[in-house]
Amino acid sequence: MPVIKFIEFDGTEHEVDADAGMSIMEVAMKYDVPGIDADCGGGAVCGTCHCFIEESAGPLPAVDPQEESMLGLRPDREGNSRLSCQIQVSDSIGDMTIKLPEFQM
Amino acid sequence: MNNRADPMLADPLKTPLQDLDVSDPRRFEQDCWQPLFKRLREESPVHFQAESPAGPFWSITRFDDIVEVEKNTEVFSSEPTIAIIDPPPERRSRMFIAMDQPEHDIQRRAVQPVVAPKNLQEFEALIRQRTAEALDALPEGETFDWVELVSRNLTTQMLATLFDFPWDIRHKLSDWSDAVTSDERMTAGQGLKQEDRLEIVMEILEVFTRLWHERVGDDVESFDLIRLLQRDENTANMVDDPMNYIGNLMLLIVGGNDTTRNSMSGGVLFLNEFPEEFARVKADRSLIPSMVSEIIRFQTPLSHMRRTVTRDTEFRGQRMKAGDKVVLWYCSANRDESVIPEPETFHIDRSGVRNHAAFGFGIHRCMGNRLAEMQLRVVWEEALKRFSDIRIVEPPTRLCHNFVRGFSRMPVQVTRY
Repeated sequence: MPVIKFIEFDGTEHEVDADAGMSIMEVAMKYDVPGIDADCGGGAVCGTCHCFIEESAGPLPAVDPQEESMLGLRPDREGNSRLSCQIQVSDSIGDMTIKLPEFQM
Repeated sequence: MNNRADPMLADPLKTPLQDLDVSDPRRFEQDCWQPLFKRLREESPVHFQAESPAGPFWSITRFDDIVEVEKNTEVFSSEPTIAIIDPPPERRSRMFIAMDQPEHDIQRRAVQPVVAPKNLQEFEALIRQRTAEALDALPEGETFDWVELVSRNLTTQMLATLFDFPWDIRHKLSDWSDAVTSDERMTAGQGLKQEDRLEIVMEILEVFTRLWHERVGDDVESFDLIRLLQRDENTANMVDDPMNYIGNLMLLIVGGNDTTRNSMSGGVLFLNEFPEEFARVKADRSLIPSMVSEIIRFQTPLSHMRRTVTRDTEFRGQRMKAGDKVVLWYCSANRDESVIPEPETFHIDRSGVRNHAAFGFGIHRCMGNRLAEMQLRVVWEEALKRFSDIRIVEPPTRLCHNFVRGFSRMPVQVTRY
């Protein structure tokens, strides 16, 4: 079971055992990690599950055009920005460290 | 509450679908639109209507189909305009809500910081203070119009704050917002003629052009929208392109005004219609943020957005041609029982309450959604501190409009603790 460490904007850490097959967003929701809103429920059409992938054991899936469109509008986008609903937890990606942004919009 | 039958309106269940005008604004005025849209979701979810005051158009009424259309911005363009009617080409102002990528992204990014939650925190104390003053000034023991004294008053103040607009003439912002959305072709002939609308648009342009020139290069530390446009290199010369400047101003004036105003009024109505929910939120004010999302779903202050097909395509088995209008009925998506259980019930803490269609989806999703939620949250936090009851004493008057869903009058009485 991969371990995900979420770090809130204020530095609060949450380390959880993530179920393979769930998205990072769903894991955050399941464990009540604050800082991800996920207004659209996982369709990459709202941009409110934005996160920064600080570390991952294995490679991440590529950003598709829909995710790119939504990330492109985030005022706080960084090189490691992703929509957490678009990455499924898996043994091949393995453990991750994820920072959460100051706000979602 | 306002279900009087109009003999002019065809029965939505017995009339053949091809004989019904889905865009008839009177169904919204009389609040009897729900059965027709339920029928469309079931019988003809991608529905072609050959004739209407706005010409032929497709109606998309299911939640998931609307999401699909909004994702496919190459086939379903936001240009040239996003409401059901077309302005004539020579009067087409340009606003980023009606632009595709990449231009849309550039202009939206320039103004987005003003409504980013980080910036909103700076505004919240001011909004709360102004809200408190407005609520403290309400009369007790007599009937007054909630639309005028609360919803319209507060959203006008907010908009003036965002524009750093001259305070003494701030009422103009709401007057303009009403005027530019009152096209007679969307309002069963009740609105303004195009010539009169044009005159108002020219007045908006004149006032804001003056404000632009007064502010340019003044180095004032302010996050108002005009200075934000001036500071971003992509929009620093927008004043030289008046149709683009006016377009974006109108977008922000309407976007930051009608929608929140009508949701502020809608909330009072829903709490009157569902008194057990009113009792619950009075007993537990931590339900307010969730209630705000449910108010926005239940009101759906803009009934639709429109897209235009860029090339011949097939969608859910229906053949669409380049140039066809496609109307995405958000009001219907928000009552789609396949996504939202018991959608006709106002349930302030329903599961997945934020997952509604009122803000739209994809790159055009409402830019000011966090501002709207914050304004509504502050209004209800302050109102529930003061009032044990806000009672509707006469049925509200709804707008006869197929784009803006809202109220022109809502007589209420309040009881203070």
